Amino acid sequence: MKSLEVTLRALRESGRKALVPYFMAGVTPNWTQHVAAAVHGGADAVEVGIPFSDPMMDGVIIQKAAELSLAAGTTIDSICAELAASDLGAPLIVMTYYNLFHHYGLRRASGRLAQSGVSGAIVPDLTLEESEEWRAACDENDIATIFLVAPSTTPERFARLARATEGFCYASARMAVTGRAQGAGDATRVVDAVRATSDVPTYVGIGISSPEQARDATEHSDGVIVGSALVDTILTGASPADTEVFIASFRRAIDK
Amino acid sequence: MSQPPVFMGAPSSTGRFGDFGGRFVPEALMPACLELEAAFIDAWSDPVFIDEYHSVLHEFAGRSTPVTYLGRFSKLFGVEVYAKREDLAHTGSHKINNVVGQTLLTRRMGKTRVIAETGAGQHGVATATAAARLGLACTVYMGELDTHRQELNVFRMELLGSTVVPVTSGSKTLKDAVNEAMREWVSCVEDTHYCLGSVMGPHPFPWMVREFQSIIGREAEEQLTARGVGVPDVVVACVGGGSNAAGIFAGFANSSARLVGVEAAGGAAVSNGSPGVLHGMKSMLIQSEHGQIEEAHSISAGLDYPGIGPEHAFLAASGRAEYVGIGDEDVLVALQTLSQLEGIIPALESAHAVAWIMQEAGKAIPRGSTVLLNLSGRGDKDVAQVLDILRGRE
Ligand SMILES: Cc1ncc(COP(=O)(O)O)c(C=O)c1O
Repeated sequence: MKSLEVTLRALRESGRKALVPYFMAGVTPNWTQHVAAAVHGGADAVEVGIPFSDPMMDGVIIQKAAELSLAAGTTIDSICAELAASDLGAPLIVMTYYNLFHHYGLRRASGRLAQSGVSGAIVPDLTLEESEEWRAACDENDIATIFLVAPSTTPERFARLARATEGFCYASARMAVTGRAQGAGDATRVVDAVRATSDVPTYVGIGISSPEQARDATEHSDGVIVGSALVDTILTGASPADTEVFIASFRRAIDK
Repeated sequence: MSQPPVFMGAPSSTGRFGDFGGRFVPEALMPACLELEAAFIDAWSDPVFIDEYHSVLHEFAGRSTPVTYLGRFSKLFGVEVYAKREDLAHTGSHKINNVVGQTLLTRRMGKTRVIAETGAGQHGVATATAAARLGLACTVYMGELDTHRQELNVFRMELLGSTVVPVTSGSKTLKDAVNEAMREWVSCVEDTHYCLGSVMGPHPFPWMVREFQSIIGREAEEQLTARGVGVPDVVVACVGGGSNAAGIFAGFANSSARLVGVEAAGGAAVSNGSPGVLHGMKSMLIQSEHGQIEEAHSISAGLDYPGIGPEHAFLAASGRAEYVGIGDEDVLVALQTLSQLEGIIPALESAHAVAWIMQEAGKAIPRGSTVLLNLSGRGDKDVAQVLDILRGRE
């Protein structure tokens, strides 16, 4: 079992629901301070977005963040260098599109990520069917490969994806790209479908933008992912202190 | 005895043409891709579906399109050029062949709506047309830059009852329109088919669109045989995503003809690109040293695409077809030359193939060769833009 999954299973054993914020790396020069502040505010793990020119699964907020980050010259190497130089105090999971890793070289990319303290990767356009080489590269470097399931996922695919995913299973609550829909939607049904075939921790994402939505979603899951709502505050000028307050409000709601 | 390789057959079960193709989409879209694959395989072996597809192309779209011998052009350049006249098909380009197939399939799958991306607007107009005929709702995503370059096509789509959504993200051209259509498809996949406009995207699109376009090559092959020309020495077509080229190549893939695809020099994915993954497929892409997709640049909105269909990437890698780039200046000259010599104003896209013949006649195309040119579309949509460019120089 990958280290990330050991950690996240232990978190569940301890009775704590996971809170996983998403940040776009490089969107502001002080983005790692936002990450550190989020961990301080109660985040259990952090998703680090690596910007891609053509983010097919993302709505306007994360598109905008990616554009800003790319314009600032962000690359896999620059992100890894910054992560390696910071001690952020929580598991780091990168999220990006397959072309970047394909272009960098799969083994080279997973090695570089691992050296920089990353323990998981989400690649939303990499289907289970096409993932064999990437998973093998990640196996060599103790990187967990996290798969998404969606409301449209068929029973047969739920079983295969729940078996393949490592660390946690990313349950999309809605049929939408990031930042476009609000509320838990089909989360309950999707989480149940994963649980029917696997005991892997299951976190709900896509559509979680308020502490109340996060609380509702964790009533029937092991954690939540908060993306666009948080990125939006940073795009409109939030400071790391604001980020800590933002995350703390989600933490309180989840812990009740 | 070893069999000669058979080109342009079905891809592997995972949608691969050699190393290219496959399926790289969010999980939310996987069920729709699998459903589409099953529906296409079923329809394409059903004589009732195939009959309807052919009769709609005949009665509604005006097929078969003729092959025209370009007498004055041939004489001037010293090669024998025959043009396959997709410009004469309904809506003015080959795009109608694909959308007739896909809209019939949409209805067969029980879906009531289509979405599409468009660059020049030709695929958008064709989709709007075919959707109107079947009473399907239709929304077309078009880069904001292209909505200005092709304003009349935007209006045509609206006249046909479709909604046009300008796409303001990224480079505001075709690749961003594809991104946006994919994003939208995630939220409406239950009742909506994504009518992709070229031989690109996730499996089964590259294969399905090629099959729906292969009527171009099959007709041309029969027409040239009937006129006693036989197999041409060269078959040439312009390439954006590569659907008109795939359609005409399909008639000659296993013949002795040389197959040539002409990309815009500013979007030459085979010559200047490298393998990568975009829009659901593994193919040749123009990208930065870090794997960021670059913007293509072309005078023709329809060739402004930084990639190429995966089967073309395979045909290039295997050496069966060759791909070249042609610059904007040569395209403008070719458009005027064909207009004046033959009374045919070609689309800017198609003029790329014309320009290649003009450049290579007597060189890469030996004197006296027979050349089959796919005239993928007519230039009506482009005359205002060409007028602006030429006037600006006076
Ligand atoms: C007339 C014409 N030819 C060619 C193309 C390029 O598409 P493809 O390469 O798929 O044939 C277009 C696209 O808009 C077009 O309008």
